[in-house]
Amino acid sequence: MKRIYAKEEHCIGCRLCEIYCILEHSGHQTLVKAFADEENRPEPACRVEEDGALSFALQCRHCEDAPCVAACIAGAMTRDPATGVVSHDKDKCVGCWSCVMMCPFGGIHIDIEKGKVVSKCDLCGGEDAPACVAHCPNEALIYE
Amino acid sequence: MPLSLIPAEFEIRRNPDLCIKCGVCTRQCSFSGQNINPDDGSISSDDNSCVGCQRCVTLCPTHALQVVQRPEQGRRHAIWTTATRAGIAKQAETGGMLLTGMGADKPFPVYWDRMFLNASQVTNPSIDPLREPMELRTYLGSKPNQVEFDEQGRPVTAMPPQLRLELPVMFSAMSFGSISLSTAMSMARAAAESGTYFNTGEGGLHASLRQYGANAIVQVASGRFGVTPDYLANSAAVEIKIGQGAKPGIGGHLPGEKVSAEVSATRMIPQGADAISPAPHHDIYSIEDLKQLIWALKESTNYTKPISVKIAAVHNIVPIASGAVRAGADIVAIDGIRGGTGAAPTMIRDNVGIPIEFALAAVDAQLRKEGIRHQASLVAAGGFRNSADIMKAIALGADAVYLGSSALVALGCHMCQKCYTGKCTWGIATQDPYLTKRLNPEIGVKRLKNLLRAWSLEMKEMLGGMGMNSIDSLRGNREMLRGIEMSAQELEILGVSPAGR
Repeated sequence: MKRIYAKEEHCIGCRLCEIYCILEHSGHQTLVKAFADEENRPEPACRVEEDGALSFALQCRHCEDAPCVAACIAGAMTRDPATGVVSHDKDKCVGCWSCVMMCPFGGIHIDIEKGKVVSKCDLCGGEDAPACVAHCPNEALIYE
Repeated sequence: MPLSLIPAEFEIRRNPDLCIKCGVCTRQCSFSGQNINPDDGSISSDDNSCVGCQRCVTLCPTHALQVVQRPEQGRRHAIWTTATRAGIAKQAETGGMLLTGMGADKPFPVYWDRMFLNASQVTNPSIDPLREPMELRTYLGSKPNQVEFDEQGRPVTAMPPQLRLELPVMFSAMSFGSISLSTAMSMARAAAESGTYFNTGEGGLHASLRQYGANAIVQVASGRFGVTPDYLANSAAVEIKIGQGAKPGIGGHLPGEKVSAEVSATRMIPQGADAISPAPHHDIYSIEDLKQLIWALKESTNYTKPISVKIAAVHNIVPIASGAVRAGADIVAIDGIRGGTGAAPTMIRDNVGIPIEFALAAVDAQLRKEGIRHQASLVAAGGFRNSADIMKAIALGADAVYLGSSALVALGCHMCQKCYTGKCTWGIATQDPYLTKRLNPEIGVKRLKNLLRAWSLEMKEMLGGMGMNSIDSLRGNREMLRGIEMSAQELEILGVSPAGR
């Protein structure tokens, strides 16, 4: 399967990946509208990890042997054996956060107030380059 | 602290309807011109810190930003402009020289714009470069006085070492230290893949660039930084840097902050120590001294590499160039007043030297007159902006040109002229690892190769239009130029007829 790879030597920490991840999952056409709709603004599934000059964008790795899928007690986290994409079903999620504890990468994000898992990379459908990759200004994210 | 009287040069305009407060601008600005308030996420701009580099404008995902030059402030004065008064205010506050980067920004006449190229009509056929081969290939180096052949017609005259260029364009000297490694890497790889050369400047050749030695012109300058037997051996040519168009008569000063571990290892100086290049070479006080260094370098490279001498275009450029050729230089590179720099005193950059057009034309004419033009190739440098400038320079007698500023512009430079601060937001003129990452050499190589390819196409098209199929036919062919808006004397020095004649 195609995966997103981060090239930390080229990541400039601009966080445009996070911004375009929000737009992609907001249901809006423009950044201005997506950010104005604060109530429904999604959390980015892609997060830039940064320590001084070292930075890279991190999303769910879509592990073959995904520990989050094994840990999910509600059947909300599933891995499509055909595509290899690990998906999260918000309706089934009971907010136990077992997946969060099991994820070795910190790729699953939660909303403390709502108690549920709120964002996890879905590869934007998986066909074309995901939004974070397509909008990285320095080719620090590649999809192959 | 008393009130600063230095006026802001730029105005940062933010369209509140478009700003989504994502903070990209604040993360991109290395001059503290864009700041995010951690308490409420609000963003504020500081015009006084802004250098006009356009990094925030370019990266803003909603195009909410504009950075514009402020209009003249206070009562308008044609002579005492805001910039003039700002310079005085700066010096009154600091007591220091005014520093700047890149090439002169004063509205000097650009004589390329006063010369026009010829084209064929009716009486001589033009050539379509899409249908017929066009030759841009150029050889730099000393040519023999005459070529002798054996009975089978094979040349028996030994040919001095030559540089083979697939197009008459090279990347000019920019040292690792003044520019980032990713910038140097971009130029080295683009040169290697395009069949031309890059120039190390006087900063030595970084270990990771060693593999591009076959496309490297390595400089030996007054500081002798990074010069080792391997440095000389692992090169295509060696260039003695006497002067630089942006700062003739002035040495170099790489501030200690830019001397990182990598720069220190490459230059062979302590980390954090200022790298001072003396104004003169302390062993060169005459043409005879220059000759000694030229021949010492020829000897140490076993006569396998052309030796270049780079000089700034100054008033007596003609006898100096002639002397350099007679001293044994295989290539003479001349850098005009519009040439760029990583750091120079503003007064020097904008007031010392002469335009490359006159220096080139005068040197070419004199070397021909003396019958020694074939002994060295001429490389022109200093502000070549496009392929037409290059064509005109070749018609004025250049064998090839050096590109500095236009290569950096291709890599993202927006000419804010703050190279000397080491805070280049585009990752070019900096050693700060947070900033150097911004220039991905993979992208840089592609952009430079594209630029060279695009200019090649244009040069071939212009050549074909003149009915020529080889750049050699244009070299020194001033019949292909006509001048406008020039005095009779200017036309005479350039050796160009006025338009209409």
